[in-house]
Amino acid sequence: MNFDFSDDQKQLRDEARRFLTEKCPPKAVRAVIDGKEPYDRELWKGLADMGFLGVAIPETYGGSGAGHLELCVIAEEMGRALAPVPFSSTVYLAAEALLLAGSDAQKQKWLPAIAQGHAVGTLALFEGAGNPSPKAIKLAASNGVLNGTKKPVADGAIADFAIVAARTASTGRDSDIALFLVDLTSEGVEAKALTSIDPSRNQAEISFTNVKAEPLGAANEGWSILSQVLDRAAVLVGFEQVGGSDRALEMGRDYALDRIAFGRQIGSFQAVKHMLADMYVSATLARSNCYYGAWALSTNAAELPEAAAAARISATQAFQHCSKNNIQVHGGMGFTWEFDCHLYYRRSNALAVGLGSLSYWEDQLIERMRQKNAA
Amino acid sequence: MNFDDTPQEAEFRAKAREWIAANAPREYEDELKKAALGRIQLKHANILEVAKAWQKKKADAGWAVPHWPKEYGGRGASPIERVIWQQEEGVFGKLGALFIIGQGMCGPTMMAFAQEEHKLRYLPPLASGENVWCQLFSEPAGGSDVAGLRTRAEKDGNDWVINGQKIWTSGAHHSDYGILITRTDPTVPKHKGLTMFFLDMKSPGVEVKPIKQANGQAEFNEVYFTDVRIPDHQRLGAVGDGWNVSLTTLMNERMAIGAGVATGFPELFDFVSNLTLDDGPAIDNPAVRSKLANWAVRASGLRYTSFRSISALSKGERPGPENSIGKLVAGAMTQEVATYALDLQGAAGVLNSPEDAEVAGKFQAMLLRSPATRVEGGTDEILRNIIAERVLGLPGDIRVDKDVPFNKIPTKGR
Repeated sequence: MNFDFSDDQKQLRDEARRFLTEKCPPKAVRAVIDGKEPYDRELWKGLADMGFLGVAIPETYGGSGAGHLELCVIAEEMGRALAPVPFSSTVYLAAEALLLAGSDAQKQKWLPAIAQGHAVGTLALFEGAGNPSPKAIKLAASNGVLNGTKKPVADGAIADFAIVAARTASTGRDSDIALFLVDLTSEGVEAKALTSIDPSRNQAEISFTNVKAEPLGAANEGWSILSQVLDRAAVLVGFEQVGGSDRALEMGRDYALDRIAFGRQIGSFQAVKHMLADMYVSATLARSNCYYGAWALSTNAAELPEAAAAARISATQAFQHCSKNNIQVHGGMGFTWEFDCHLYYRRSNALAVGLGSLSYWEDQLIERMRQKNAA
Repeated sequence: MNFDDTPQEAEFRAKAREWIAANAPREYEDELKKAALGRIQLKHANILEVAKAWQKKKADAGWAVPHWPKEYGGRGASPIERVIWQQEEGVFGKLGALFIIGQGMCGPTMMAFAQEEHKLRYLPPLASGENVWCQLFSEPAGGSDVAGLRTRAEKDGNDWVINGQKIWTSGAHHSDYGILITRTDPTVPKHKGLTMFFLDMKSPGVEVKPIKQANGQAEFNEVYFTDVRIPDHQRLGAVGDGWNVSLTTLMNERMAIGAGVATGFPELFDFVSNLTLDDGPAIDNPAVRSKLANWAVRASGLRYTSFRSISALSKGERPGPENSIGKLVAGAMTQEVATYALDLQGAAGVLNSPEDAEVAGKFQAMLLRSPATRVEGGTDEILRNIIAERVLGLPGDIRVDKDVPFNKIPTKGR
């Protein structure tokens, strides 16, 4: 059994950490939060130069073709650094959708541009409150023309193109849903930035008025493709959450060692020690679940849907747990704008709902386990 | 990343599998599979006899304690081969419960500290299950605070004379030998005045009394020592070095990576999958699903955490600190799982006889046994301290009794 990343993959992780420590300190995250830039363009270019954007894109399409395990270790570092760039939207959602369902021409057009950092992509799925569901998609597609509104769309106001989930019929079946690829500079597209609990990442409302769009994948398979994309993204975002959990735990641990109260390090009080120990437990469970997700993702195993849901739940819980208790360990200082604790708290709660909420994935996990059991 | 054996591991696994297929007591397989946490009984056979017979059969073929050296009753298997053996032994491994303390803790301590002559004499019958050993550490005045123990050992000629009481001794009533930690010098601080021995449990002055537990069972004992004589050559380690010897014992246990700790989740999932509530199948109920999912990811998280440790062993490395979370997570979880299974049964959840209760009273037994899991072998609180201190590097607790001579420390409680 070798249930671990290879030495090369670990080296890549170290390389990504060194790069992000230098290019993406909290100061860079704060520059985006303060609204100076919608995202860190310089960092985005750097990520392209390092080859990180195209690590899971085959060489034929301008990537390095290294693979998904390599993407997992980079994702972990992106989460750890709270990178204020449209990485997850572009790489986990748009690129994965193209890889799964794109025509050769679509791949040729967009994947090299993604790898080079020239194109930002996203997935336009949600239409207001609610979880991923064919029923919730109202945006209409008729003869390749889209009408409707998507909200929130992660990185929607900075994306160059979007994969849009649209309704083509109303039979009540999954096959009513089709995916379209839309160049967001097209006429009739209007994107408006929205404020969110995590201003280090862009959120937008995009309205489509008589927008011409090209289909992505077969018309009746939109929902099935979308489910696969969400599973793949669940594992990758899971690694971001694992990276964030570890960092929040470290911050709490370091502060508990540093801060003196009642004449001793606060980390010597059991109430504080046990809180940190519990954070370690959730972070460890999440990491292990995500490793299994990574294996399933990289081998395209039949276990992927179940593994992805487990990774998603575990990693969401861990990051929320670690980021909120990191503030608790810091006490009052944890609630200041000046300390970085809230950046992790914000990110953890944004990631927790971005691909569908915890309750959605809980339902998915049990449904998938039930089906496997019945089979 | 893969789950494959190396060629060498595959060869070992094939050999183990072949031997088990030909020799395991298949007639008990079903009953062992169904056995609930902490309670194995066979309908038509004495569990002790079946367990001892299986252990002896393994010993004769060199499979008893595969990772021990050959001369002590093992086959010199590597740590990863030990894990492979456990995986292959599977449900029959439950028969080894009687020998876990002896082989997991007493044996390694003997190996590290006993005279060669003693090792050759005592270890092979410990491996083969002909002798059962127990570990006499906890006392009424020293549970989590083991070093607070008060059992005295006083030198008399070439012997030591033991007086005092141990408690929570698993399997003492079946045991032939035990390792015993005592206080040899009460005038120095508590960790410094301890000495370890091994002894024959049939020595005059040893009295074993079973403890009736809160769940009605009796797995543990009180052991009383009245002028028990132990020859000095049965001392393990130097006089006054008992604390370090005991740490060796405990470390060894932490290096052991089992075939997985019991969480109760597979049993719960199975139960819920076959349960119908007023409004339809329980598994379709969103509230039930949410609960199940939370336990599912803890169970899978533990499973894959052990895979990570096994991978380290496979590479010849020591497992990382991630291994330390197992009992902490699993202990609390069995209790929650059992509580919820009863909840789903409604008023009938109160019943526990195999005839009347749902799934033969499995969850009722689990519920009543589970408080012990959170206490035995390190309480949840001690385990959190261990993670905080050894994994995260936080400071140790402030110990007001650390530099005080033992006989000046105030005591109260049990």
